[in-house]
Amino acid sequence: MENKKIKREGAVIFSEYKRGDSINKLKEISRDDVLFELKESGLKGRGGAGFPTSTKWMLTAAAKSDKKYIICNADEGEPGTFKDRVLLTDYPELVFDGMVVGGFTIGAKEGIVYLRGEYEYMLADLELYLNNMRKDNLLGNNIAGIDGFNFDIRIQLGSGAYVCGEETALIESLEGHRGEARNRPPFPVNTGFMGHPTSVNNVETLSAVTHIVLKGGSWFRQYGTNKSTGSKLFSVSGDCEKPGVYELPWGTTISELLEKVEAKDTKAVQVGGASGICLNKEQFSRTLGYEDIATGGSIIVFNKDRDMIHVLKNFMEFFVEESCGQCTPCRIGNTKLLEGVEMIEKGEFTFRYINELKELGKTMQVASKCGLGQSSPNSFISILNNFSEEIFNQGNGGTNGK
Amino acid sequence: MENKDTSRAPVSQKSHVVEKPEHPEYIGGSISVEINEKKVSVPLGTTILEACRENKIHIPTLCHHDDLCVSGVCRICLVEVEGMRTLQASCAFPITAPIKIKTTTQAVRKARRHIIDLMLSEHCGECYACVRNNNCELQSLAKEYGVDSFTFGHISEPRYEIDNSSFSIIRNSDKCILCKRCVRTCIDLQEVGVLESVNRGDKTMISTFMDKPLSDVICINCGQCINRCPTGALQANDPSDQIWRDIEDPAKHVVIQTAPSPRAAIGEEFGLPAGHSMTKELNTALKRIGFDGVFDTNTTADLTIFEEGTELILRLYKALVEKDESVALPQFTSCSPGWVKYLEHFYPEYTDNLSTAKSPQQMFGALFKTFYADKIGVDPKDIVSVAVMPCSAKKFECNRPEMDDSGWKDVDYGLTTREMAKMIKEAGIHLPEMPPSNFDSPFGEASGAGLIFGATGGVMEAAIRSVVEFVTGNKIEDIFEKANVIPVRGFEGIKYAELPLGDVVGPVPGILQKLVPNWDWLKGATLKVAVVHGTANAKKVMDDIKAGGKFSQCHFIEFMACPGGCIGGGGQPIPTNEEIRMKRVEAIYAEDESLEMRKAHDNPNVVRLYEEFLTDGPCGHLSHKLLHTEYTKRGKYIA
Ligand SMILES: Cc1cc2nc3c(=O)[nH]c(=O)nc-3n(C[C@H](O)[C@H](O)[C@H](O)COP(=O)(O)O)c2cc1C
Ligand code: SF4
Ligand code: SF4
Ligand code: SF4
Ligand code: SF4
Ligand code: FES
Repeated sequence: MENKKIKREGAVIFSEYKRGDSINKLKEISRDDVLFELKESGLKGRGGAGFPTSTKWMLTAAAKSDKKYIICNADEGEPGTFKDRVLLTDYPELVFDGMVVGGFTIGAKEGIVYLRGEYEYMLADLELYLNNMRKDNLLGNNIAGIDGFNFDIRIQLGSGAYVCGEETALIESLEGHRGEARNRPPFPVNTGFMGHPTSVNNVETLSAVTHIVLKGGSWFRQYGTNKSTGSKLFSVSGDCEKPGVYELPWGTTISELLEKVEAKDTKAVQVGGASGICLNKEQFSRTLGYEDIATGGSIIVFNKDRDMIHVLKNFMEFFVEESCGQCTPCRIGNTKLLEGVEMIEKGEFTFRYINELKELGKTMQVASKCGLGQSSPNSFISILNNFSEEIFNQGNGGTNGK
Repeated sequence: MENKDTSRAPVSQKSHVVEKPEHPEYIGGSISVEINEKKVSVPLGTTILEACRENKIHIPTLCHHDDLCVSGVCRICLVEVEGMRTLQASCAFPITAPIKIKTTTQAVRKARRHIIDLMLSEHCGECYACVRNNNCELQSLAKEYGVDSFTFGHISEPRYEIDNSSFSIIRNSDKCILCKRCVRTCIDLQEVGVLESVNRGDKTMISTFMDKPLSDVICINCGQCINRCPTGALQANDPSDQIWRDIEDPAKHVVIQTAPSPRAAIGEEFGLPAGHSMTKELNTALKRIGFDGVFDTNTTADLTIFEEGTELILRLYKALVEKDESVALPQFTSCSPGWVKYLEHFYPEYTDNLSTAKSPQQMFGALFKTFYADKIGVDPKDIVSVAVMPCSAKKFECNRPEMDDSGWKDVDYGLTTREMAKMIKEAGIHLPEMPPSNFDSPFGEASGAGLIFGATGGVMEAAIRSVVEFVTGNKIEDIFEKANVIPVRGFEGIKYAELPLGDVVGPVPGILQKLVPNWDWLKGATLKVAVVHGTANAKKVMDDIKAGGKFSQCHFIEFMACPGGCIGGGGQPIPTNEEIRMKRVEAIYAEDESLEMRKAHDNPNVVRLYEEFLTDGPCGHLSHKLLHTEYTKRGKYIA
């Protein structure tokens, strides 16, 4: 696989790395050193929620249990993201070495990759890769000659539901149940897979860890901004000349990104996939980063020919289908939002009702049981607010709505 | 709490359980939190909901139920916790840090109202045409939040077909709010597992295995799901219309038997607090409604003790004296039809252990259309026999095809406590105002032993009161103060007791002389018994028996499908929780203690029955024909 790799540009994730280096580094450093470097790096989870990785690992390491797990979240279900796929196919050394480091740090003997069902085609290659790691003593017993450091990784295929990317639904699914989010607290770091302390980490997060362990936390934080350290992979798709995966430092503005991907006549940019927010031209100066627009990295570009209400309808249809259906705000709320979009499409609505739906969206953001329902109204609210001119007034001279 | 032990719950359910430290006092005891700016101290691990209730702050709930593990899906119980971006479901939030909680902020109220509006938008049902009118948690919530219009619309066309295939349970998914209480009841509390939520998103619904009708799955008809459903989505299959028709038909002679548990609970339907027995008031009401004979199921409960007790003695005699290894022991009680069906599905290889004695309801049915018909000179074809039961499974039981030993359908209709209350109200009667009256002859009054059949442990206690007196010749009062057999009482899920019979045995009573020569073979023996309620507990005991554990050494085990026994049956007034069930049980035990006649074998009416009718005695030929039955090995897969 190594030789198939396309050379990509990037200061952090795509920087030089040789398989096994960070694992071998563990011979010299302790768990606490790893945690220290992670804290120093300021790395936050790249799966979307942005929780500090050092804290997550510290909590899992501190939890008392005879068994612990590290899970690599490779469900990558957010519409418009494919960066984890690139990492898994072209940079498996980053992902798997990161898991080994994680196992070492939190004290897990088992790592599980929850691989998106659609990525089944990678399975054979990944298994082969793991076997080679085993041959080279990068997995198995006394890894890298470190006495008593036993750790192995297995891969489990996902069930094809978007919600299974949510970490507690993922754990339910791993356990063989319906993919439904659990109540939190208790959090997976205490009560995770099979009731044991578990750290669930995104593919990209683990890849970043691999570099940090080797090169240091301060090396990592020289990139990006104060609050958003390091760089981020962005999956760019839609109306642009050069779609693909880009590594950019946090703090990049939308316009800079659009320039890089050679997007023309851009009307709207959806940041964060279906569950993210949609920006209009006036907002293209905003920056990507936890200070402004936090994101898991999906960027969808829409040019002037796109119909925004149609775009929104697609997103809402996605959520109506993908809600796991257990909690009221998300199950019925998304249906109501979609109905609202259809009313607007048909021109049969009142502003009063649409405003009520926006309020409902705000309720869903705080009342839903998991991140899916909490974020599904984002596109509804942002598209209706940021493109109100187009949606409500164009085409029929502003007579829409009563 | 009999079923708070969720260790036997499937893992998926367990993960939702809010675990409390076993000894909070050892790890720092309590935590001080602020609720609505008031400082309170709560034990570590208390949920926000519990903390609020403790401090008299009302939080609305729908998916939460005191008997069940936490779910956190309806989201109506949301509160604000300072510092958290989202609102928190108070039923699912264990307090482990000194947090500040606000329960009625604008954000909270708005969210709750939205949630109610969303539920109502998909709720197809009209309250005035609904069995749960005035006792519906969704309806009350709408009232509590002043809903006077449907913000997000209101569906008026049903989307689902009503499933009324079952003799016992009707499912109407259009009224379902997907709180999953039924699922948790069926999977976790009862460990039957016929209900599950299926599909995703807006297609989510509660369904059965392969979406089969309830009659074609392994539902045991216990109705525990009905008792915990907040809405009218689940209800019992109500035969009261046919009963009214038969009452009005002058050609029909309509008799009714009342079980002890409905009498201990029906007052709740008339606004009385739990724990008021209404036995004699109910008699009057039933006569006024037009029933031609009102009888006490306790009569045949006493009869059951004769039959089932004799059967036990015979089994023991065969096993111990005749060394017959084919005898199935322990003997299991058979009066709970939910339990019987559970065993037939899940442990069909153990049907031989079930006592062949019918349940008291079915024994009475068989007597009505034979002995009684003769006695009053009415053609049995014109007798309609109705049974007021705490139980939805009794409806299935009376429709079992083999239950026709009288030559007719032994019991025509099983009526739940709730349905009985409805009929009484329809008749314009306010039950608590009724003057007392007695049961009708020829069966008259019955013993306290029959009465306590309603509580978990009651059948065992009734059996012990008789068997011990029969064998030892001593008075039960000499062994247990006031004849209260305390070791088999109480709400512990599984109870086990050993009763040494002693070295002195008495003479064999006349009624049994044909069956055993003497009691010498029981000298020095110890009777090992167990009492189990709730099928989740039954599963534990059955698995232990299968593995040859302690319970396989028992002689006699009482099983009841419902938590608390019949007083917690699926036909009882809603709501239910442990406190309510406890009150009903107390009412039953109090009534028992107030009676003169407290042992089945002291019931003169039953003794007379053996003299006049069942002349070849307990387990004799006629008894076998009328009062005993057989079982079906059903298995888990129904074609
Ligand atoms: C509906 C939903 C879908 C999600 N899908 C993914 C996913 O595909 N991959 C992922 O890494 N995280 C996903 N997440 C975030 C995870 O819940 C979790 O925060 C993440 O895996 C933690 O890893 P990190 O700390 O490394 O970001 C999703 C969250 C939600 C609410
Ligand atoms: S928010 Fe949606 S996906 Fe999450 S638990 Fe609720 S219904 Fe399921
Ligand atoms: S279930 Fe409740 S809210 Fe629905 S129709 Fe019946 S009483 Fe009314
Ligand atoms: S009646 Fe009992 S067995 Fe049947 S679905 Fe309800 S809880 Fe389950
Ligand atoms: S049937 Fe009743 S208990 Fe079951 S989910 Fe629906 S509303 Fe809840
Ligand atoms: S009662 Fe708490 S979420 Fe339903």
